[in-house]
Amino acid sequence: MARWAYLYEEQQTSNRPRKSTTLVTFQFPNSARALLSRIIRQRLASSALAAAVLLLLPLLALITSVFETDNGTLAHMANTVLSEFVLNTLALVVLVACGVAVIGTGTAWLVAMCEFPGRRIFEWALIVPLAIPAYILAYAYTDLLSHPGLVQSSLRDIMGWGPRDYWFPEIRSLGGAALMFVLVLYPYVYLLARTAFLEQSTCYTEVSRSLGYGPAQSFARVSLPLARPAIVGGITLALMETLADFGTVAHFGVPTFTTGIYRAWLAMDDSIAAAQLSTMLLGVVLTIIVIERLTRRKARYHNSRRLRALPAYRLPPVLGWLAALACALPVLLGFAIPLVVLANLAWIIDEGPTWSRYITLSTNSITLAGTASLVTVSVAVFFTYAARLDPGKISTAAVRLGNLGYAVPGSIIAVAILIPFAAFDNALDAAMRSGFGISTGLVLTGTITALVMAYVIRFLAVALGGVEAGLARIPATMDAAARSLGETQATMLRRVHLPLLRPALLTALLMVFVDVMKELPATLIMRPFNFDTLAIQTYRLASDERLAQAAIPALILVAVGLGPVILLSHRIMTSRRRDRASAQAEPPETAIAIATHNR
Amino acid sequence: MRHALNGLLSLAGTATAMALTAVALAPPAAASGEVNVYSSRHYDTDERLYSDFTKATGIKINRIEAGASALIKRINSEGANSPADVLITVDAGRLWAADKDGLFEPINSEALAAAVPANLRHPNGHWFGFSTRARVIFYDKTRVKEPPKTYADLADPKYKGLVCTRSSSNIYMLSLMSSIIENLGAEKAKAWAKGLWENRAREPQGGDTDQLRGIASGECAIAISNTYYFARALRKNVRDLSGKTDNIAVVFPNQDSTGTHVNISGAGVLKTAPNKANAIKFVEYLASRKAQEYFSAGNDEYPVVVGVSKSSSVQKLGEFKADKLPLIKLGENQANAQKIYDEVGYK
Repeated sequence: MARWAYLYEEQQTSNRPRKSTTLVTFQFPNSARALLSRIIRQRLASSALAAAVLLLLPLLALITSVFETDNGTLAHMANTVLSEFVLNTLALVVLVACGVAVIGTGTAWLVAMCEFPGRRIFEWALIVPLAIPAYILAYAYTDLLSHPGLVQSSLRDIMGWGPRDYWFPEIRSLGGAALMFVLVLYPYVYLLARTAFLEQSTCYTEVSRSLGYGPAQSFARVSLPLARPAIVGGITLALMETLADFGTVAHFGVPTFTTGIYRAWLAMDDSIAAAQLSTMLLGVVLTIIVIERLTRRKARYHNSRRLRALPAYRLPPVLGWLAALACALPVLLGFAIPLVVLANLAWIIDEGPTWSRYITLSTNSITLAGTASLVTVSVAVFFTYAARLDPGKISTAAVRLGNLGYAVPGSIIAVAILIPFAAFDNALDAAMRSGFGISTGLVLTGTITALVMAYVIRFLAVALGGVEAGLARIPATMDAAARSLGETQATMLRRVHLPLLRPALLTALLMVFVDVMKELPATLIMRPFNFDTLAIQTYRLASDERLAQAAIPALILVAVGLGPVILLSHRIMTSRRRDRASAQAEPPETAIAIATHNR
Repeated sequence: MRHALNGLLSLAGTATAMALTAVALAPPAAASGEVNVYSSRHYDTDERLYSDFTKATGIKINRIEAGASALIKRINSEGANSPADVLITVDAGRLWAADKDGLFEPINSEALAAAVPANLRHPNGHWFGFSTRARVIFYDKTRVKEPPKTYADLADPKYKGLVCTRSSSNIYMLSLMSSIIENLGAEKAKAWAKGLWENRAREPQGGDTDQLRGIASGECAIAISNTYYFARALRKNVRDLSGKTDNIAVVFPNQDSTGTHVNISGAGVLKTAPNKANAIKFVEYLASRKAQEYFSAGNDEYPVVVGVSKSSSVQKLGEFKADKLPLIKLGENQANAQKIYDEVGYK
């Protein structure tokens, strides 16, 4: 890997013709140019680490809390409620991990590798539950399934049961909460796993088929292990979001570790204890990430580019319809049914919504989500690319640290983000006052810029997950080939990696966009004056227990979020189809590059 | 496609630059005499409250709405440069917490002192209550023949399996417990929490409206809720509750002793307020007759100013004697309240 970099530096300056004969120049690794290139490359990793630390300043505010003393809240909680909270959290994590893994991977493999009725539709429809925030799903299912809700009251009417004569599963329970999370979070796994399955080399699958593996065996023994980084990446995202959630579990009355954090802060008025608990949560998440990395340390997951499209398994009719059913269920439960419930709720309210206000709210939401997703994905590309060009402890640390913002409960990280921003503003103001006699006031706090930076901190993990998995699938030989053909670091990114990363980038953009659309705590506390979004309007009404009224902004939120989801998923599909088509028509340029290199 | 992606990326750059410019060009709100309000009231009906003030005085109101604790953190971290003029909360405990951080400017206003009863404001004018909400008992007339008359009665074993409440960490449940600690002492408060927990009809969950819905559907026979959630169902269409309220009756507890527990929505002017004069005008406006009527008509709360007419839905609930407990106590006892709930295993 490293020698190719030297080689490329040589080429760069000497501007030689693109021939493999440039290998000869690799005779002088200790030249001044090589030294220069090393410094340049180290600078890339160092600046990535610096950026990561900058992004994580707010977390430092949390972590330093371990050196402070709380008001005895931790001891009280440890003696009373904490064990229950921890057990609930563990149960939730296990249930959600299993749920999203099975649904996400299963459906991804079906639509990527098999042919069955409705596959083309399910390909994008399976993504749409992502547009619904978990807490809104919780409201919708409570409305439908709780004791006063439609299902139970109809049952009582039809069967003539008294109010407490029968057993019915309680939706406001641990299982119910796990179901909500699975339904809205499985698309993370689906999106990443599907991309992984589609990009897996044909060779592996063909070999497995030639060795007599059927679809099931090929899935279990070849596709699944190869897709592991993507699947685990998706599960990790889902778990981090589960751990950080408060709205859903609070509504269901299922106390978790995050409930404990909020309780320490809001009820016990002990921010130090809350910060300490948050740090513990961070520690747990970091441990999970590290353990996962360690277990796959030796394995590498590069795939050579598929050279032609793999014929899909054509499932026999019965299996085909079962596959269709398996794909339809998550879409029905995670999207169609809650949408009908919300529409029905919105139907009964007395006054109509003020559309001009909703246009403003939608514009605000889309502008924020659009800007934040582009900035976040760009930052993620910078981080992962630095780690690729300059692999080592520094750049790996940068990428790992970049993940942490996602695992802290929203309000906690939002309040923590305020601290460095306001400190910077006040320091600048003080300097300007003493230096020039003018007051700059708060330059960043309460601006859209600060808000976008908060989203970057919060959702970088989402973008990193997508981009990293994508970049990992591009073999290192590709870089070598590109460099031997005279590409610079920058042009290699632009001409080789970004085009190859296209599906992964779009996936990452989409995930961050939808996450920002749904984001509440940071938006609430960091936004400028008089700046509302669809998520905020939904929250305002829902927290005032006006669920019917809240259904309207919730529906618009889903509709507005859905547009980009469908558009982007369509782009992801078509780019893939073109890949397939071109792969069949002619060997891609990159294949030639590798061939040249191997000669 | 690559072009599209490049386009998107440059769009991101442009958008960020535009956002930065827009922010840089926006004049600081304080300069123009506008009042900046940080509020944890989040009721759509409050729009009239603000627009009427602007219409009458020409002073524009800028708002940020979020949870009170987060807002207090924001004011603290913004420090001397904070643009906030007024902080509004929906709970006396949060006003107490903000005051503990030394955020409020003492206001010496005769108008406010005359309008707001003494127990509903800070003794030195740090904050003022503008509307009250009572935490009361609702019950199913067909199932409960001898309804509880006091909060203490709710823990009576004869109501076993009948009572619905929300989670103990909810601020309304905490404030109620804080008042009980003050009125009965911590020992009795703990016994009360234990008895209430043992009388539960189901695990605590949902909001106040959900407790009332529980009575309507027969899941609960007795529930604790704030008054305005019930009053709203009388006035507007609340799913699974409106039209099913005939069998639901209200008890204002402790009428023969301390009076019914009330909490306030209140406001204070901040020490760092860039625009104190107009901020005080706004706070005084909140105690005006017209604003007081909005609190009742818009969100079915009780006005604090004596003699202000109540909306018909609020009138239907009837008159009651309120607990005169100084509301500062609600803040002081709050952490203890949560501890007691935790100790008896109240979820």
